[in-house]
Amino acid sequence: MLEDKDRIFQNLYNDFGADLVSAKQRGDWKDTKEICGKGREWIINEIKASELRGRGGAGFPTGLKWSFAPKEVGSRPHYLVINADESEPGTCKDRDILRFEPHKLIEGCLIASYAVNAHKCYIYIRGEYFNEGQKLQTAIDEAYKDGLLGKNSAGTNWELDIYIHYGAGAYICGEETALLESIEGKKGQPRLKPPFPALIGLYGCPTIINNVETISVVPTILRRGGKWFSSLGRPKNTGSKIYCISGNVNNPCNVEEEMGIPLKELIEKHAGGVIGGWDNLKAVIPGGSSMPLLPKETCETIKMDFDACVENKTGLGTAGIVVINKDQDIIKCMARIARFYKHESCGQCTPCREGSGWMWRMLERMAKGEATRDEVDMLLDVTKQIEGHTICAFGEGSSWPVQGLIRNFKDEIIERNKFDPIVKKQKDIPYLVDQHLLEKENA
Amino acid sequence: MAIKKISKVQPEKFVFNKKNKETADSIIKNYPSGKQQSAVMALLYLAQKQNDNWIPLSAMKYIAKYLDMPYIKVYEVATFYSMYNLTPVGKYFFQVCTTTPCMLRGAYNLVDVCKRKISEEENHLSEDGKTSWLEVECLGACVNAPMLQLNEDYYEDLDPKKLEQIIDKISNDEVPQPGSYRGRLSSEPENTRKTLIGNKNA
Repeated sequence: MLEDKDRIFQNLYNDFGADLVSAKQRGDWKDTKEICGKGREWIINEIKASELRGRGGAGFPTGLKWSFAPKEVGSRPHYLVINADESEPGTCKDRDILRFEPHKLIEGCLIASYAVNAHKCYIYIRGEYFNEGQKLQTAIDEAYKDGLLGKNSAGTNWELDIYIHYGAGAYICGEETALLESIEGKKGQPRLKPPFPALIGLYGCPTIINNVETISVVPTILRRGGKWFSSLGRPKNTGSKIYCISGNVNNPCNVEEEMGIPLKELIEKHAGGVIGGWDNLKAVIPGGSSMPLLPKETCETIKMDFDACVENKTGLGTAGIVVINKDQDIIKCMARIARFYKHESCGQCTPCREGSGWMWRMLERMAKGEATRDEVDMLLDVTKQIEGHTICAFGEGSSWPVQGLIRNFKDEIIERNKFDPIVKKQKDIPYLVDQHLLEKENA
Repeated sequence: MAIKKISKVQPEKFVFNKKNKETADSIIKNYPSGKQQSAVMALLYLAQKQNDNWIPLSAMKYIAKYLDMPYIKVYEVATFYSMYNLTPVGKYFFQVCTTTPCMLRGAYNLVDVCKRKISEEENHLSEDGKTSWLEVECLGACVNAPMLQLNEDYYEDLDPKKLEQIIDKISNDEVPQPGSYRGRLSSEPENTRKTLIGNKNA
């Protein structure tokens, strides 16, 4: 278990207050000038040495991402964009950083902007986090007043302006290129990659996009050294991470823990255990709703880091752990997640726009026991048709949870939906795949 | 993508009031010159706040002129994002999160209360015309589930009884205290905190 002194977010539970004075007492903004004075190369190498991986879900190495930004500023300015469009069901870590540790984020923005040659930084906050955005704005104003931002930010001789851009309730804007489209004042529909944003991003200029948590841990890493950060966790999965534990647990909570902490320890120790005891556990979604769920047997042993999750056919994602116990109907839970994806699909690629609706409707019927035996395989087939056939990763995000359900609970679905299709009995009606098959007058 | 209905009753004219005009101009300055289109989302939000929580077509036309962009582009944005209301909603607008983490903790019981106490159907005004409700997707406060958003504030850790009390207060035009309804100050575990013990009550 991580010791308290090694926790980066000391104010995660707002014991001290989020203002600049208390933030400085906790060590924020200390030696920022000296850190930047060591130069871009040193900063990027130190982040590379820390093996920090992006905390927004994909786990891309941050130091590597920063090194993609052109070394010299050409005719186009560079931008830094912070992704605070946290909408993944099960995840609420960025919200706490925005409201309780805003100065860690702002200081991180300064260091990252310096490292990637950006003079302007946009923070994209989801529209629902209006109050959190106001708190961040207060912190930004404090920083300007104190000379930590502006012409000569924190004495580094680097000019930086930070602006907040509010979203308006679109999950897809958490996808980095959709986020850029949204800042440009368009519909949030993802762009094709390549070109990658590091070369052609916001307004066609080189842009580095990072998650709130990633940027917020940067100042502490540079102060304590990349070695310290990489000593936590295990190689390639280093450092600490905020885990959000929600669902059927006794004490849902956010907690900062070392990477690779056993899932069981997180649930039993920090979240007060599963409601009804550990044996009442049905499944766990380990990384926000996009990741396939884990059955109880895997939950006993799995360690929560990027590679261990991949080994178990799931992903760490944003580390939003949703615990589902046996009192719940697992098919219904997944049908609700499918409805979420159907609602949030941006509509750009046909497989995702249509497929997300198909998956939702099929799962709704399966939850009621109105589907036929054959449809379980058909549903799996639909998910395979979506996965990999879309511009962005939303296709994977919407089909993986359904695949996870079928992989682990196929018997249960078939148990509930075991009859043969009506068409088999009445051969003269055309074979249709939709629910009106079951309405008597159509059959 | 959400289904968006455009209101049949539309006011003819819309202009920003003085204060919103100043805010709008300062928002436009946040973006590079020539990229004023970026401000469209913020301006739509301002228009929505000025016009009793919904955006009429005249406001979209006004904003299009204001930002020197085609009207259809503003219309596209307004219909794409779910937080823009294109039909009138209640002065008190309840948005109940019902995505899985909230559902697991009983969000549909809250929906039942809304159906009973506000209106049978989503997006219909209550009898006194002040309140309406809507089921929405994840609001990003899963640890404090079940929760809802009332205008701009989050009400967390609810149960049906507490929601009934909130709605009763609202019908008397009192706005209840936002935040957790089980006395939590943040997303820390209740009673059994195991981390950052030294900081507690600092």
